[in-house]
Formats: sequence, structure tokens, C-alpha cells
Amino acid sequence: MTKTSPLSKLYIALVFIFLYAPMVVMTVFSFNGSESTYIMDGFSLQWYRHLFNDSITMNALKNTVVLAVISSVISTLLGSAAAVGIYNMKNKFLKSSVMTATNIPMMNPEIVTGISMMLLFVFVGVLMNRTNVLGFATILIAHITFQLPYVILSVLPKLRQSDPRVFEAAQDLGCHPVKAFFKVVLPQIRSGIVSGAIMAFTLSLDDFIISYFTNGPDFQTLPIHIFSMTKKRVKPDMYALSTLIFVVILILLILMNVAQSNSDKKQRKEKGEDR
Amino acid sequence: MKRSPILTKLINAPYILWSVLFIIAPLIMVIYYAFTDRTGAFTFDNVKGISDYLSTFILSVGYGAIATVICLLIAYPFAYFLAHTGASFQRTAVMLVMLPMWMSFLIRTYSWMTILGESGVINSFLGLFGIDPVTMLNTPAAVILGMVYNFLPYMILPIYTVMTKMDVSLIEAAQDLGCGKLHCIRKVIIPLSVPGVVSGITMVFVPSVSTFYITQKLGGGQINLIGDVIEGQFQTANNYNLGAALSLLLMVMILICLGVLGYFTDSEDEGSVLM
Repeated sequence: MTKTSPLSKLYIALVFIFLYAPMVVMTVFSFNGSESTYIMDGFSLQWYRHLFNDSITMNALKNTVVLAVISSVISTLLGSAAAVGIYNMKNKFLKSSVMTATNIPMMNPEIVTGISMMLLFVFVGVLMNRTNVLGFATILIAHITFQLPYVILSVLPKLRQSDPRVFEAAQDLGCHPVKAFFKVVLPQIRSGIVSGAIMAFTLSLDDFIISYFTNGPDFQTLPIHIFSMTKKRVKPDMYALSTLIFVVILILLILMNVAQSNSDKKQRKEKGEDR
Repeated sequence: MKRSPILTKLINAPYILWSVLFIIAPLIMVIYYAFTDRTGAFTFDNVKGISDYLSTFILSVGYGAIATVICLLIAYPFAYFLAHTGASFQRTAVMLVMLPMWMSFLIRTYSWMTILGESGVINSFLGLFGIDPVTMLNTPAAVILGMVYNFLPYMILPIYTVMTKMDVSLIEAAQDLGCGKLHCIRKVIIPLSVPGVVSGITMVFVPSVSTFYITQKLGGGQINLIGDVIEGQFQTANNYNLGAALSLLLMVMILICLGVLGYFTDSEDEGSVLM
């Protein structure tokens, strides 16, 4: 099964070249000596310097991170609680309606999700006689809303895998249900919560379409800023920014990968010792 | 599970409230705006106005379908080959497939302009051999390329996942019973991978049909898909009512497509069980 023909290796390599061609181009042109994103003209670091001195871009970067942290914390708390609630729901009809509502943001095209939320905010704004309702609060609500299904759907399977008898045993032994939940259930679903939180965070960082319709002029995120920059002729500083983001993500992924393989080894070792 | 019903209700309440306010209410807003005019009076004008854009809808579905098919044709062999390589290579390769998804898709799309442009990377390369510049940007092919490039990982990952989870003993059984390699792929591997293919198709088709950035950049504004029209109604034309009607139709159309797809999976699944 593990035998790979050279032809299939070549095919894998070709697909990777296709996936990474824009990244390579972007990195090369971020060191361009001139303003062009088409013709290379010498090597320079000026675009990186330019980037760090650009207060609008730096502010957008800060906004993006702030938004991602706050929204992912809220959606993780709310989503994990919702998953526990949905899992324990007795009413079949209510359960399936809640699950349908949860699936809507995942099935709908992002543009429809963005527009529907914008219309709600505008409508409420009209009721309150305010014209500029769009701002930090609306983009925060929108981000929490599109992250929630991902958190719920990564916690629910862990709850299904968990053993309900342990929770019952804890209660039979005199543990209060709330305490039993934190002592017994939470450790069993922790990995689902963590992966949901990571997903929520990264989705928020990278979201453009939903932010585009729900953001206000006083709170711009990085993707929104990049969008307005690419409306004009882009200078290599945007490429420099993306190259930096690329490097950061690459390092994070490598670290995660190493941690993962270490814990795998540890688990295998522990299992071996148990037997 | 023994848990006080009051406690369960307390856990459920925030999320149910949230989904009613920010998932259900926005959708009602889309319907409300679609059937009212600027003053808020009931009207069918917006729905009638859709007829001007029917050809745009058909064009969008066409583009989405072509991009989805190309993604499937590239991703399926890739996932198959990848699932048959060594474990550590697989881990790295999956990471490399996911990495581009975490970078700003705006910049990644923009850098294709550097590659495909009139004085871009490919044309400069061709120029070395005295070949005249080829117009690649602002063509339907460039838009399709942008879609395939952006959404290919969403096709690869689900197919790869079903490939790795596939029960090897079934394939071995088929081989033991005298099944040839190609026959085995057709009769065993493809039917078993249908769930991954279906979720891949969904994840590529929905964003492709509704995209607006890719067409603006790589299509140069000459190719107008439904995403562009909707975006225009909200960001430049300020006709929220027509935009809402178009969004409503887009949403219904995609739900029908997903429904049809779901219907096919069910029957296919039964087929593979029977076999």
C-alpha cells in the first residue's frame, strides 16, 4: 500500500507547484527594488520598512487580531455550552430545528450570510434612527455568528464519544451536576473545544466577505484594508505583508506539527507500557 | 443522563436566543427587503427585476460547475496518490495543502495578476524565446483558474480524509477475488469515496458560484457573475431591495443544488451497501 510510483510523485509535485506559485511570486516581488508588481528591478527591503511605518496597515492588523481574539473567545464559550445543551436536549423537534439553524451559516454562501446580517443591522439602525450602525459591535456579532457552527460541530462529536456513565457515576458518588460536569465531562471534550477555538480564531483572521458587508469605516480589519488597497494598483508592500503572514503561519504550523507528533509518540509509549 | 431540566434550559437559552436573533432574523430581513420598496411598502418589483439577471445566474452556475469539475479532476488523483504515501510525508503534505487556506485569499488572487499579466511572469518567460505576449488576464479561463486555485484545497481535504479512512480489507478482498486494479478503483474505491467527493463538491461549488473578488481581479470586470451583481447592489448602487431579492434567489438555488446532491448521495450509498 505504501509503494508510490514516480509518476504519482510527479503529479503530487505538480499540484503543489500550482498551489504555491502565487506564494513564490509574492515573496520574490516583496523584495522588489521598484514599485512594480510585474517587473523585478533589483533587491531591496524598502517595502518591509514601508510596511512597518504604515500606520493604517498596522492599525488594521491590530484590529484584526483584537477582533479574532474577542470573537473566538466568545464563540468558543457560547458554542461549547450550546453543544452540551444540544447534546442533552430531550425534545427531538427542538433539537433538529436548532441543528438546522446551526447549519444555515455553513451552507449559505458567505455573501448571503454577510448581506443578511447587514440588512438586520441596517433595519435595526433605521428603527433606532441611526444611520451609521455598522462598526465594531456589528462585525463582532457577525464573526461570532459564523464561528459558532464550527465550534459546535467540533465539540458535539466529542460529547457523543464521551462515556455518559462516568458522569452518572460522579453524581451517584455525591458530586453536584455542575461540579461533575467540570471534573468529568469537560476533560473528555477538551480537545474538541480547543480545535473549535483554533478554527474560530483562524476563520476570523482570514474572513473577508462577511466582514466586508458588516464592517464600519471606523473599524477596518486587515482583509478589508487589503481589499481597498487592491482596488488601486498594488505596491509590493502588500506582498511584503503577506510574506510575513506566510512565514508566521508556517512557523506556527511546524510547531503544531512537532507538538502533535510528540504527543502521538508519548501516547504510543504510554499505551505500550500499559500493556 | 441525570441532569436537572432547569440547568439544561439555562445552558440552551443563550444559544437559542443568539441563533434566533442573528441567524433566523437576518434571513427574515432578506425576505422582508426582497418584497418591499425603499419606503417599506410591499411590492413584487424586486422579484420581477430578477428576470434581467437570469442569464447572469445561469452563467454563474456554469462557471461554478466548470471550476468544480476541474477541481474534482485534479483533487481526486492527488488525494488517492497522497493517501498511499508514507505517514510522515502525508502529515507534511496535508499541512502544505492547508497552509494557503490560512492566507489572505485577496492577495493570493492578486498575485495571479503578477503571473498572468501582459508583462507578467509567464509572458516575460515566453519573451525570452521571442514569443509575443499572450493575453491571459481578463479572460474566462483566468476566472476559472482563480476559482480552481482558491478552492482546490476544499476539494482535496475531504476526499483525502475518506481515502485514509477507507477499509483496506475491502480493497484486499476485491483483489483476492480477482479484481483488477482499474476495476477495483471503479467498483470499490470510487463508491467508497462518494461522501468525501460530495462534501468537496459542495465546498467548491458554493463559493465559486457566489464569488465576486475573483471575477473583479482576474476577469477585469468584464465577466459579471451573480456575486458581482449582488455586491454592486449593496456597495455601489445602494439598491438593497433588489440585492436582497437576488440574494434570496441565490440562497434558494444553492439549497436546491445541495438538496439534489444529497439525494444522489443517499441513493449512491444504498448502492454501495447493496454491492
